[in-house]
Amino acid sequence: MTAQHSSLRRPWVERWLGINGWIVFAFLYLPILIVVVFSFSGASNVGVWGGFSLRWYERMFGNTQLLASLENSLWVALWSTIAATVLGTAAALALDRYRKWATRGAFDAIVYMPVIIPDVTMAVMLLLWFTQIGLPLGRVSITLAHIAFNISFVAIVVRSRLAHMDPSMEEAASDLYASRWKVFRKVTLPLIMPGVLGGALLALTLSLDDVVITSFVQGPGSTTLPVHVFGLIRRSVTPEINAVSTLMIGASMFLVLTSLAIQGRSND
Amino acid sequence: MTLSDEKARTEEVAANPRLERKAERRESWRGFFHAIPAYVYLIFFFVLPLIIVYVFSFASRSRTGKPELEGWNTDSWQRLGEPLVRTIVTRSVFVAVLNTVLCLVIGYAFAYWIATRRKQSTRTLLLILVLIPFWSNFLVRTYAWRMLLDSDGYITQLGEMTGLWGRMLFTLPAVFLGLLYGYLPFMVLPLYAAIERIDWSLVEAGRDLYASGTQAFRKITLPLSRPGIIAGSILVFIPSLGAYVTPDILGGAKTTLLGNFIVSQFGSARNWPFGSALSGAILMIMLVATIVYFRSGAKTV
Repeated sequence: MTAQHSSLRRPWVERWLGINGWIVFAFLYLPILIVVVFSFSGASNVGVWGGFSLRWYERMFGNTQLLASLENSLWVALWSTIAATVLGTAAALALDRYRKWATRGAFDAIVYMPVIIPDVTMAVMLLLWFTQIGLPLGRVSITLAHIAFNISFVAIVVRSRLAHMDPSMEEAASDLYASRWKVFRKVTLPLIMPGVLGGALLALTLSLDDVVITSFVQGPGSTTLPVHVFGLIRRSVTPEINAVSTLMIGASMFLVLTSLAIQGRSND
Repeated sequence: MTLSDEKARTEEVAANPRLERKAERRESWRGFFHAIPAYVYLIFFFVLPLIIVYVFSFASRSRTGKPELEGWNTDSWQRLGEPLVRTIVTRSVFVAVLNTVLCLVIGYAFAYWIATRRKQSTRTLLLILVLIPFWSNFLVRTYAWRMLLDSDGYITQLGEMTGLWGRMLFTLPAVFLGLLYGYLPFMVLPLYAAIERIDWSLVEAGRDLYASGTQAFRKITLPLSRPGIIAGSILVFIPSLGAYVTPDILGGAKTTLLGNFIVSQFGSARNWPFGSALSGAILMIMLVATIVYFRSGAKTV
Protein backbone atom coordinates (compact mmCIF):
# COMPACT_ATOMS: atom_id res chain seq x y z
CA MET A 1 0.00 0.00 0.00
CA THR A 2 2.89 2.24 0.81
CA ALA A 3 4.30 1.69 -2.65
CA GLN A 4 1.07 2.75 -4.33
CA HIS A 5 0.93 5.74 -2.09
CA SER A 6 4.39 7.03 -2.93
CA SER A 7 3.59 6.75 -6.63
CA LEU A 8 0.82 9.26 -5.98
CA ARG A 9 3.26 11.76 -4.55
CA ARG A 10 4.85 14.31 -6.80
CA PRO A 11 8.54 13.59 -7.51
CA TRP A 12 9.77 16.95 -6.18
CA VAL A 13 8.08 16.26 -2.83
CA GLU A 14 9.74 12.86 -2.68
CA ARG A 15 13.15 14.37 -3.53
CA TRP A 16 12.76 17.14 -0.94
CA LEU A 17 11.77 14.61 1.74
CA GLY A 18 14.88 12.56 0.97
CA ILE A 19 17.19 15.57 1.15
CA ASN A 20 15.64 16.60 4.49
CA GLY A 21 16.04 13.02 5.77
CA TRP A 22 19.75 12.81 5.03
CA ILE A 23 20.41 16.31 6.40
CA VAL A 24 18.68 15.32 9.65
CA PHE A 25 20.78 12.16 9.90
CA ALA A 26 23.95 14.19 9.32
CA PHE A 27 22.77 16.68 11.96
CA LEU A 28 22.17 13.84 14.44
CA TYR A 29 25.41 11.97 13.83
CA LEU A 30 28.20 14.39 12.80
CA PRO A 31 28.53 16.07 16.23
CA ILE A 32 28.78 12.70 18.03
CA LEU A 33 31.26 11.48 15.41
CA ILE A 34 33.49 14.53 15.88
CA VAL A 35 33.55 13.98 19.67
CA VAL A 36 34.59 10.35 19.16
CA VAL A 37 37.26 11.17 16.53
CA PHE A 38 38.96 13.81 18.67
CA SER A 39 39.13 11.53 21.69
CA PHE A 40 41.83 9.65 19.73
CA SER A 41 43.82 12.77 18.86
CA GLY A 42 47.21 13.31 20.44
CA ALA A 43 46.90 17.12 20.48
CA SER A 44 46.09 18.90 23.73
CA ASN A 45 43.72 21.21 21.88
CA VAL A 46 40.27 19.93 20.96
CA GLY A 47 39.66 20.49 17.26
CA VAL A 48 43.29 20.10 16.20
CA TRP A 49 44.26 16.66 14.91
CA GLY A 50 47.54 15.58 16.53
CA GLY A 51 47.90 12.05 15.21
CA PHE A 52 46.34 8.88 16.61
CA SER A 53 46.94 8.47 20.32
CA LEU A 54 45.37 6.78 23.32
CA ARG A 55 46.87 9.21 25.83
CA TRP A 56 43.50 10.67 26.87
CA TYR A 57 42.18 7.19 27.62
CA GLU A 58 45.30 6.41 29.67
CA ARG A 59 44.81 9.63 31.56
CA MET A 60 41.14 8.90 32.10
CA PHE A 61 41.84 5.49 33.62
CA GLY A 62 44.45 7.05 35.91
CA ASN A 63 41.97 9.67 37.17
CA THR A 64 40.87 8.39 40.60
CA GLN A 65 38.10 10.99 41.03
CA LEU A 66 36.58 9.97 37.72
CA LEU A 67 36.79 6.28 38.55
CA ALA A 68 35.17 6.86 41.96
CA SER A 69 32.28 8.67 40.26
CA LEU A 70 31.94 5.82 37.77
CA GLU A 71 31.70 3.36 40.67
CA ASN A 72 28.96 5.48 42.27
CA SER A 73 27.09 5.62 38.95
CA LEU A 74 27.16 1.86 38.53
CA TRP A 75 26.07 1.24 42.13
CA VAL A 76 23.11 3.63 41.82
CA ALA A 77 22.16 2.38 38.35
CA LEU A 78 22.18 -1.28 39.43
CA TRP A 79 20.04 -0.92 42.55
CA SER A 80 17.63 1.61 41.13
CA THR A 81 17.10 -0.52 38.01
CA ILE A 82 16.35 -3.67 40.01
CA ALA A 83 13.91 -1.91 42.33
CA ALA A 84 12.20 0.10 39.58
CA THR A 85 11.80 -2.97 37.37
CA VAL A 86 10.04 -4.97 40.10
CA LEU A 87 7.80 -2.09 41.19
CA GLY A 88 7.11 -0.91 37.63
CA THR A 89 6.17 -4.39 36.39
CA ALA A 90 3.74 -4.87 39.29
CA ALA A 91 2.23 -1.46 38.54
CA ALA A 92 1.86 -2.33 34.84
CA LEU A 93 0.07 -5.58 35.72
CA ALA A 94 -2.28 -3.71 38.04
CA LEU A 95 -3.03 -1.09 35.38
CA ASP A 96 -3.54 -3.59 32.57
CA ARG A 97 -5.37 -6.43 34.29
CA TYR A 98 -7.73 -4.85 36.70
CA ARG A 99 -9.92 -2.22 35.17
CA LYS A 100 -11.90 -1.22 38.18
CA TRP A 101 -10.59 -0.54 41.62
CA ALA A 102 -10.86 2.23 44.10
CA THR A 103 -8.52 5.23 43.47
CA ARG A 104 -7.56 3.75 40.11
CA GLY A 105 -7.67 7.14 38.34
CA ALA A 106 -5.37 8.71 40.91
CA PHE A 107 -2.96 5.83 40.52
CA ASP A 108 -2.89 6.33 36.74
CA ALA A 109 -2.00 9.98 37.28
CA ILE A 110 0.81 9.41 39.77
CA VAL A 111 2.34 6.65 37.66
CA TYR A 112 2.51 8.82 34.55
CA MET A 113 3.34 12.21 36.06
CA PRO A 114 7.02 11.54 36.82
CA VAL A 115 7.56 10.97 33.08
CA ILE A 116 6.41 14.40 31.97
CA ILE A 117 7.58 16.49 34.92
CA PRO A 118 10.71 18.56 34.10
CA ASP A 119 13.93 17.29 35.74
CA VAL A 120 14.47 20.56 37.58
CA THR A 121 11.08 20.36 39.31
CA MET A 122 11.58 16.73 40.29
CA ALA A 123 15.03 17.64 41.64
CA VAL A 124 13.67 20.49 43.78
CA MET A 125 10.84 18.32 45.11
CA LEU A 126 13.14 15.51 46.20
CA LEU A 127 15.79 17.79 47.70
CA LEU A 128 13.19 19.57 49.86
CA TRP A 129 11.63 16.26 50.90
CA PHE A 130 14.91 14.53 51.76
CA THR A 131 16.15 17.44 53.86
CA GLN A 132 12.76 17.69 55.52
CA ILE A 133 12.62 14.04 56.60
CA GLY A 134 16.30 14.19 57.59
CA LEU A 135 17.56 11.62 55.09
CA PRO A 136 21.34 12.02 54.68
CA LEU A 137 22.27 12.91 51.09
CA GLY A 138 24.45 10.30 49.41
CA ARG A 139 24.26 7.16 47.29
CA VAL A 140 21.05 6.00 49.00
CA SER A 141 19.19 9.27 48.40
CA ILE A 142 20.32 9.27 44.74
CA THR A 143 19.10 5.69 44.33
CA LEU A 144 15.73 6.48 45.92
CA ALA A 145 15.33 9.44 43.54
CA HIS A 146 16.21 7.35 40.47
CA ILE A 147 13.70 4.65 41.46
CA ALA A 148 11.01 7.33 41.69
CA PHE A 149 11.34 8.40 38.04
CA ASN A 150 12.20 4.95 36.66
CA ILE A 151 9.09 3.14 37.98
CA SER A 152 7.00 5.08 35.46
CA PHE A 153 9.20 4.32 32.47
CA VAL A 154 9.28 0.60 33.28
CA ALA A 155 5.49 0.59 33.80
CA ILE A 156 4.89 2.21 30.38
CA VAL A 157 7.15 -0.21 28.51
CA VAL A 158 5.76 -3.33 30.24
CA ARG A 159 2.18 -2.14 29.82
CA SER A 160 2.58 -1.77 26.05
CA ARG A 161 3.84 -5.37 25.98
CA LEU A 162 0.87 -6.58 28.07
CA ALA A 163 -1.53 -4.82 25.71
CA HIS A 164 -0.30 -6.98 22.80
CA MET A 165 -0.48 -10.22 24.78
CA ASP A 166 -2.91 -13.02 23.96
CA PRO A 167 -4.82 -13.91 27.17
CA SER A 168 -5.76 -17.40 25.86
CA MET A 169 -2.36 -18.82 26.92
CA GLU A 170 -2.97 -17.89 30.52
CA GLU A 171 -6.52 -19.20 30.35
CA ALA A 172 -5.28 -22.51 28.93
CA ALA A 173 -2.78 -22.86 31.78
CA SER A 174 -5.36 -22.23 34.45
CA ASP A 175 -7.80 -24.59 32.74
CA LEU A 176 -5.09 -27.20 33.32
CA TYR A 177 -5.24 -26.45 37.04
CA ALA A 178 -2.13 -24.30 37.33
CA SER A 179 -2.23 -22.09 40.41
CA ARG A 180 -2.33 -18.31 40.01
CA TRP A 181 1.33 -17.98 40.98
CA LYS A 182 2.32 -20.80 38.64
CA VAL A 183 0.44 -19.17 35.74
CA PHE A 184 2.28 -15.95 36.41
CA ARG A 185 5.71 -17.56 36.70
CA LYS A 186 5.42 -20.07 33.84
CA VAL A 187 3.22 -18.23 31.34
CA THR A 188 2.76 -14.52 31.98
CA LEU A 189 6.32 -13.65 32.99
CA PRO A 190 8.04 -15.42 30.05
CA LEU A 191 5.59 -13.73 27.67
CA ILE A 192 6.18 -10.22 29.01
CA MET A 193 9.92 -10.79 29.59
CA PRO A 194 11.03 -8.78 26.51
CA GLY A 195 8.99 -5.86 27.85
CA VAL A 196 10.43 -6.26 31.35
CA LEU A 197 14.00 -6.40 30.00
CA GLY A 198 13.35 -3.48 27.67
CA GLY A 199 12.00 -1.46 30.59
CA ALA A 200 14.99 -2.45 32.75
CA LEU A 201 17.47 -1.37 30.04
CA LEU A 202 15.67 1.94 29.64
CA ALA A 203 15.79 2.45 33.42
CA LEU A 204 19.50 1.64 33.43
CA THR A 205 20.14 4.14 30.64
CA LEU A 206 18.12 6.89 32.30
CA SER A 207 19.89 6.31 35.62
CA LEU A 208 23.30 6.46 33.96
CA ASP A 209 22.30 9.67 32.11
CA ASP A 210 20.75 11.73 34.86
CA VAL A 211 22.51 14.98 35.74
CA VAL A 212 20.00 17.43 37.21
CA ILE A 213 18.21 15.30 39.80
CA THR A 214 21.41 13.61 40.96
CA SER A 215 23.27 16.89 41.38
CA PHE A 216 20.49 18.06 43.73
CA VAL A 217 20.27 14.99 45.95
CA GLN A 218 23.93 13.94 46.08
CA GLY A 219 26.12 14.27 49.15
CA PRO A 220 29.87 14.60 49.59
CA GLY A 221 31.74 11.78 47.86
CA SER A 222 28.67 10.36 46.10
CA THR A 223 29.01 12.24 42.79
CA THR A 224 28.05 10.15 39.75
CA LEU A 225 29.91 10.09 36.45
CA PRO A 226 27.59 12.41 34.45
CA VAL A 227 27.49 14.97 37.29
CA HIS A 228 31.29 14.87 37.53
CA VAL A 229 31.62 15.29 33.76
CA PHE A 230 29.08 18.13 33.82
CA GLY A 231 31.34 19.95 36.29
CA LEU A 232 34.34 19.39 34.01
CA ILE A 233 32.48 20.67 30.93
CA ARG A 234 31.44 23.85 32.72
CA ARG A 235 35.09 24.60 33.45
CA SER A 236 36.65 23.88 30.06
CA VAL A 237 36.64 21.71 26.95
CA THR A 238 39.42 19.10 27.08
CA PRO A 239 40.22 15.99 25.02
CA GLU A 240 39.90 13.95 28.22
CA ILE A 241 36.18 14.81 28.26
CA ASN A 242 36.03 13.50 24.69
CA ALA A 243 37.46 10.20 25.87
CA VAL A 244 34.89 9.92 28.71
CA SER A 245 32.13 10.93 26.29
CA THR A 246 33.18 8.24 23.82
CA LEU A 247 32.99 5.67 26.59
CA MET A 248 29.49 6.86 27.53
CA ILE A 249 28.29 6.82 23.91
CA GLY A 250 29.70 3.29 23.57
CA ALA A 251 27.82 2.20 26.69
CA SER A 252 24.49 3.62 25.51
CA MET A 253 24.93 2.12 22.01
CA PHE A 254 25.55 -1.25 23.63
CA LEU A 255 22.39 -0.86 25.73
CA VAL A 256 20.15 0.20 22.84
CA LEU A 257 21.39 -2.58 20.56
CA THR A 258 20.92 -5.17 23.33
CA SER A 259 17.40 -3.91 23.90
CA LEU A 260 16.59 -4.07 20.17
CA ALA A 261 18.02 -7.58 19.93
CA ILE A 262 15.80 -8.74 22.80
CA GLN A 263 12.68 -7.17 21.28
CA GLY A 264 13.56 -8.42 17.79
CA ARG A 265 14.10 -12.03 18.83
CA SER A 266 10.81 -12.13 20.73
CA ASN A 267 8.90 -10.90 17.67
CA ASP A 268 10.10 -13.77 15.47
CA MET B 1 -8.65 -20.59 42.56
CA THR B 2 -8.33 -20.99 38.80
CA LEU B 3 -9.68 -19.10 35.85
CA SER B 4 -11.91 -22.03 34.84
CA ASP B 5 -13.61 -21.76 38.21
CA GLU B 6 -13.96 -18.10 37.52
CA LYS B 7 -15.49 -18.75 34.13
CA ALA B 8 -18.13 -21.00 35.65
CA ARG B 9 -18.70 -18.33 38.22
CA THR B 10 -19.05 -15.65 35.55
CA GLU B 11 -21.90 -17.57 33.97
CA GLU B 12 -23.51 -17.90 37.35
CA VAL B 13 -22.83 -14.25 38.03
CA ALA B 14 -24.45 -13.07 34.82
CA ALA B 15 -27.74 -14.25 36.22
CA ASN B 16 -27.17 -12.83 39.66
CA PRO B 17 -26.41 -9.14 40.12
CA ARG B 18 -25.43 -9.57 43.76
CA LEU B 19 -22.71 -12.11 42.88
CA GLU B 20 -21.60 -9.85 40.04
CA ARG B 21 -20.95 -7.04 42.47
CA LYS B 22 -19.04 -9.40 44.73
CA ALA B 23 -16.81 -10.57 41.84
CA GLU B 24 -16.14 -6.99 40.88
CA ARG B 25 -15.10 -6.17 44.40
CA ARG B 26 -12.72 -9.15 44.52
CA GLU B 27 -11.19 -8.09 41.20
CA SER B 28 -10.77 -4.58 42.47
CA TRP B 29 -8.92 -5.80 45.57
CA ARG B 30 -6.58 -7.89 43.49
CA GLY B 31 -5.64 -4.88 41.35
CA PHE B 32 -5.11 -2.81 44.43
CA PHE B 33 -2.84 -5.50 45.90
CA HIS B 34 -0.63 -5.55 42.77
CA ALA B 35 -0.40 -1.79 42.81
CA ILE B 36 0.39 -1.33 46.50
CA PRO B 37 4.23 -1.45 46.35
CA ALA B 38 4.51 1.10 43.54
CA TYR B 39 1.68 3.11 45.07
CA VAL B 40 3.34 3.39 48.48
CA TYR B 41 6.70 4.20 46.90
CA LEU B 42 5.32 6.94 44.66
CA ILE B 43 3.28 8.47 47.46
CA PHE B 44 6.37 8.64 49.62
CA PHE B 45 8.87 9.77 46.98
CA PHE B 46 6.67 11.67 44.55
CA VAL B 47 3.34 12.88 45.93
CA LEU B 48 4.57 14.05 49.34
CA PRO B 49 7.62 15.81 47.79
CA LEU B 50 5.20 17.49 45.36
CA ILE B 51 3.13 18.80 48.27
CA ILE B 52 6.18 19.93 50.23
CA VAL B 53 7.22 22.20 47.33
CA TYR B 54 4.04 24.21 47.78
CA VAL B 55 4.45 24.22 51.58
CA PHE B 56 8.01 25.56 51.32
CA SER B 57 6.97 28.25 48.86
CA PHE B 58 5.05 29.96 51.71
CA ALA B 59 7.92 29.65 54.21
CA SER B 60 10.32 32.44 55.06
CA ARG B 61 13.89 32.59 53.96
CA SER B 62 16.66 32.02 56.49
CA ARG B 63 20.31 32.94 56.28
CA THR B 64 21.45 29.34 55.78
CA GLY B 65 19.18 28.88 52.78
CA LYS B 66 17.07 26.15 54.35
CA PRO B 67 13.73 27.83 55.00
CA GLU B 68 12.24 28.31 58.43
CA LEU B 69 8.86 26.67 58.57
CA GLU B 70 7.31 29.56 60.43
CA GLY B 71 6.37 33.14 59.66
CA TRP B 72 4.29 32.00 56.69
CA ASN B 73 3.99 34.57 53.91
CA THR B 74 3.28 34.96 50.21
CA ASP B 75 6.45 36.97 49.44
CA SER B 76 7.86 34.29 47.14
CA TRP B 77 4.68 34.15 45.06
CA GLN B 78 4.51 37.94 44.85
CA ARG B 79 8.06 38.00 43.51
CA LEU B 80 6.84 36.11 40.43
CA GLY B 81 5.47 39.45 39.19
CA GLU B 82 8.90 41.16 39.23
CA PRO B 83 10.15 42.39 35.84
CA LEU B 84 13.23 40.12 35.95
CA VAL B 85 11.12 37.03 36.60
CA ARG B 86 8.63 38.03 33.94
CA THR B 87 11.44 38.45 31.40
CA ILE B 88 12.83 35.01 32.21
CA VAL B 89 9.41 33.32 32.09
CA THR B 90 8.56 34.98 28.76
CA ARG B 91 11.93 33.99 27.32
CA SER B 92 11.54 30.38 28.54
CA VAL B 93 8.05 30.00 27.11
CA PHE B 94 9.21 31.56 23.81
CA VAL B 95 12.19 29.17 23.63
CA ALA B 96 10.04 26.13 24.50
CA VAL B 97 7.31 27.00 21.96
CA LEU B 98 9.73 27.82 19.15
CA ASN B 99 11.75 24.66 19.82
CA THR B 100 8.57 22.55 19.76
CA VAL B 101 7.51 24.11 16.43
CA LEU B 102 10.98 23.61 14.90
CA CYS B 103 11.10 19.99 16.08
CA LEU B 104 7.58 19.40 14.76
CA VAL B 105 8.25 20.82 11.27
CA ILE B 106 11.61 19.11 10.77
CA GLY B 107 10.58 15.96 12.64
CA TYR B 108 7.32 15.53 10.69
CA ALA B 109 8.99 15.60 7.28
CA PHE B 110 11.68 13.28 8.64
CA ALA B 111 9.28 10.78 10.26
CA TYR B 112 7.05 10.85 7.16
CA TRP B 113 10.02 10.06 4.96
CA ILE B 114 11.06 7.08 7.14
CA ALA B 115 7.49 5.77 7.50
CA THR B 116 6.88 5.80 3.73
CA ARG B 117 9.97 3.79 2.72
CA ARG B 118 8.82 0.80 0.69
CA LYS B 119 10.74 -2.02 2.38
CA GLN B 120 10.07 -2.92 5.99
CA SER B 121 13.79 -3.62 6.51
CA THR B 122 14.72 -0.09 5.33
CA ARG B 123 12.19 1.42 7.74
CA THR B 124 13.54 -0.67 10.64
CA LEU B 125 17.13 0.28 9.87
CA LEU B 126 16.36 4.00 9.63
CA LEU B 127 14.38 3.80 12.86
CA ILE B 128 17.32 2.16 14.68
CA LEU B 129 19.48 5.04 13.41
CA VAL B 130 17.07 7.43 15.16
CA LEU B 131 16.99 5.34 18.34
CA ILE B 132 20.76 5.46 18.87
CA PRO B 133 21.00 9.23 19.42
CA PHE B 134 17.69 9.05 21.35
CA TRP B 135 19.30 6.68 23.87
CA SER B 136 22.71 8.38 23.86
CA ASN B 137 23.73 10.46 26.83
CA PHE B 138 22.11 13.89 26.68
CA LEU B 139 25.06 15.58 28.38
CA VAL B 140 27.54 14.16 25.87
CA ARG B 141 25.36 15.29 22.97
CA THR B 142 25.23 18.81 24.41
CA TYR B 143 29.00 18.75 24.95
CA ALA B 144 29.43 18.01 21.23
CA TRP B 145 27.82 21.37 20.42
CA ARG B 146 29.95 23.17 22.97
CA MET B 147 32.94 21.87 21.02
CA LEU B 148 31.52 22.80 17.61
CA LEU B 149 30.40 26.29 18.58
CA ASP B 150 33.52 27.38 20.50
CA SER B 151 35.86 29.98 18.96
CA ASP B 152 37.94 27.36 17.14
CA GLY B 153 35.04 24.93 16.64
CA TYR B 154 34.10 23.72 13.17
CA ILE B 155 30.74 25.48 12.99
CA THR B 156 32.37 28.77 13.97
CA GLN B 157 35.12 28.25 11.38
CA LEU B 158 32.51 27.46 8.72
CA GLY B 159 30.58 30.62 9.61
CA GLU B 160 33.69 32.77 9.47
CA MET B 161 34.72 31.25 6.14
CA THR B 162 31.36 31.99 4.54
CA GLY B 163 30.97 35.21 6.48
CA LEU B 164 27.47 34.23 7.58
CA TRP B 165 27.92 33.96 11.35
CA GLY B 166 30.52 34.35 14.08
CA ARG B 167 30.98 32.57 17.38
CA MET B 168 27.54 31.51 18.59
CA LEU B 169 28.53 29.97 21.94
CA PHE B 170 26.83 31.61 24.96
CA THR B 171 24.08 33.16 22.82
CA LEU B 172 20.39 32.27 22.33
CA PRO B 173 20.92 30.68 18.87
CA ALA B 174 23.39 28.25 20.48
CA VAL B 175 20.78 27.30 23.08
CA PHE B 176 18.25 26.72 20.27
CA LEU B 177 20.65 24.51 18.36
CA GLY B 178 21.35 22.49 21.50
CA LEU B 179 17.66 22.07 22.35
CA LEU B 180 16.74 21.15 18.77
CA TYR B 181 19.54 18.61 18.72
CA GLY B 182 18.63 17.24 22.13
CA TYR B 183 14.89 16.85 21.69
CA LEU B 184 14.37 16.15 17.97
CA PRO B 185 14.42 12.34 18.49
CA PHE B 186 11.67 12.74 21.15
CA MET B 187 9.46 14.23 18.43
CA VAL B 188 10.38 11.82 15.65
CA LEU B 189 9.59 8.55 17.47
CA PRO B 190 5.90 9.20 18.36
CA LEU B 191 5.34 10.82 14.93
CA TYR B 192 6.80 7.78 13.20
CA ALA B 193 4.58 5.45 15.24
CA ALA B 194 1.48 7.44 14.25
CA ILE B 195 2.34 7.88 10.54
CA GLU B 196 3.33 4.25 10.06
CA ARG B 197 -0.11 3.15 11.27
CA ILE B 198 -1.97 5.28 8.69
CA ASP B 199 -4.09 3.31 6.25
CA TRP B 200 -2.90 4.78 2.93
CA SER B 201 -5.96 3.49 1.06
CA LEU B 202 -7.82 6.38 2.71
CA VAL B 203 -5.41 8.83 1.06
CA GLU B 204 -5.84 7.02 -2.24
CA ALA B 205 -9.60 7.23 -1.93
CA GLY B 206 -9.24 10.96 -1.36
CA ARG B 207 -7.07 11.32 -4.46
CA ASP B 208 -9.56 9.26 -6.50
CA LEU B 209 -12.18 11.79 -5.50
CA TYR B 210 -10.02 14.50 -7.08
CA ALA B 211 -8.44 15.89 -3.93
CA SER B 212 -5.10 17.53 -4.70
CA GLY B 213 -1.98 16.21 -2.97
CA THR B 214 -2.00 19.17 -0.59
CA GLN B 215 -5.69 18.74 0.17
CA ALA B 216 -5.28 15.01 0.80
CA PHE B 217 -2.39 15.73 3.16
CA ARG B 218 -4.21 18.46 5.04
CA LYS B 219 -7.57 16.67 5.31
CA ILE B 220 -6.48 13.04 5.68
CA THR B 221 -2.82 12.42 6.57
CA LEU B 222 -2.41 15.26 9.05
CA PRO B 223 -5.54 14.49 11.15
CA LEU B 224 -4.63 10.79 11.21
CA SER B 225 -1.17 11.56 12.59
CA ARG B 226 -2.56 13.81 15.33
CA PRO B 227 -1.86 11.39 18.25
CA GLY B 228 1.82 11.45 17.29
CA ILE B 229 1.82 15.24 17.00
CA ILE B 230 0.30 15.58 20.48
CA ALA B 231 2.61 13.06 22.17
CA GLY B 232 5.72 14.45 20.44
CA SER B 233 4.84 18.07 21.25
CA ILE B 234 4.38 17.28 24.95
CA LEU B 235 7.61 15.29 25.07
CA VAL B 236 9.49 18.27 23.57
CA PHE B 237 7.67 21.24 25.12
CA ILE B 238 7.86 20.22 28.79
CA PRO B 239 11.58 19.40 29.05
CA SER B 240 12.37 22.48 26.90
CA LEU B 241 10.45 24.64 29.37
CA GLY B 242 12.44 23.26 32.30
CA ALA B 243 15.75 22.93 30.42
CA TYR B 244 18.80 23.39 32.57
CA VAL B 245 21.79 21.48 31.15
CA THR B 246 21.60 22.92 27.61
CA PRO B 247 21.31 26.64 28.51
CA ASP B 248 23.92 26.14 31.24
CA ILE B 249 26.53 24.72 28.86
CA LEU B 250 25.68 26.60 25.64
CA GLY B 251 24.04 29.78 26.93
CA GLY B 252 25.34 32.80 28.78
CA ALA B 253 24.20 35.31 31.35
CA LYS B 254 21.76 36.89 28.89
CA THR B 255 20.07 33.62 28.07
CA THR B 256 19.07 32.49 31.60
CA LEU B 257 16.00 30.29 31.37
CA LEU B 258 13.57 29.15 34.07
CA GLY B 259 15.52 25.96 34.75
CA ASN B 260 18.76 27.84 35.44
CA PHE B 261 16.95 30.45 37.47
CA ILE B 262 15.39 27.79 39.72
CA VAL B 263 18.69 25.98 40.20
CA SER B 264 20.43 29.24 41.16
CA GLN B 265 17.87 29.75 43.95
CA PHE B 266 19.12 26.55 45.54
CA GLY B 267 22.77 27.40 44.86
CA SER B 268 24.27 30.87 44.89
CA ALA B 269 21.07 32.81 45.69
CA ARG B 270 20.18 30.57 48.68
CA ASN B 271 16.48 31.33 48.51
CA TRP B 272 14.67 28.01 48.80
CA PRO B 273 11.15 29.44 49.28
CA PHE B 274 11.44 31.49 46.06
CA GLY B 275 12.89 28.48 44.24
CA SER B 276 9.93 26.43 45.50
CA ALA B 277 7.44 29.02 44.26
CA LEU B 278 9.10 29.03 40.81
CA SER B 279 8.99 25.21 40.69
CA GLY B 280 5.36 25.27 41.78
CA ALA B 281 4.58 27.75 39.00
CA ILE B 282 6.36 25.75 36.29
CA LEU B 283 4.45 22.66 37.43
CA MET B 284 1.15 24.47 37.00
CA ILE B 285 2.09 25.82 33.54
CA MET B 286 3.02 22.27 32.59
CA LEU B 287 -0.23 20.74 33.83
CA VAL B 288 -2.37 23.39 32.11
CA ALA B 289 -0.44 23.00 28.84
CA THR B 290 -0.82 19.22 28.93
CA ILE B 291 -4.55 19.33 29.68
CA VAL B 292 -5.26 21.99 27.03
CA TYR B 293 -3.26 20.09 24.44
CA PHE B 294 -5.00 16.78 25.16
CA ARG B 295 -8.44 18.43 25.12
CA SER B 296 -7.80 20.15 21.79
CA GLY B 297 -6.61 16.85 20.34
CA ALA B 298 -9.55 14.88 21.67
CA LYS B 299 -12.06 17.31 20.19
CA THR B 300 -10.75 17.39 16.64
CA VAL B 301 -10.00 13.70 16.18
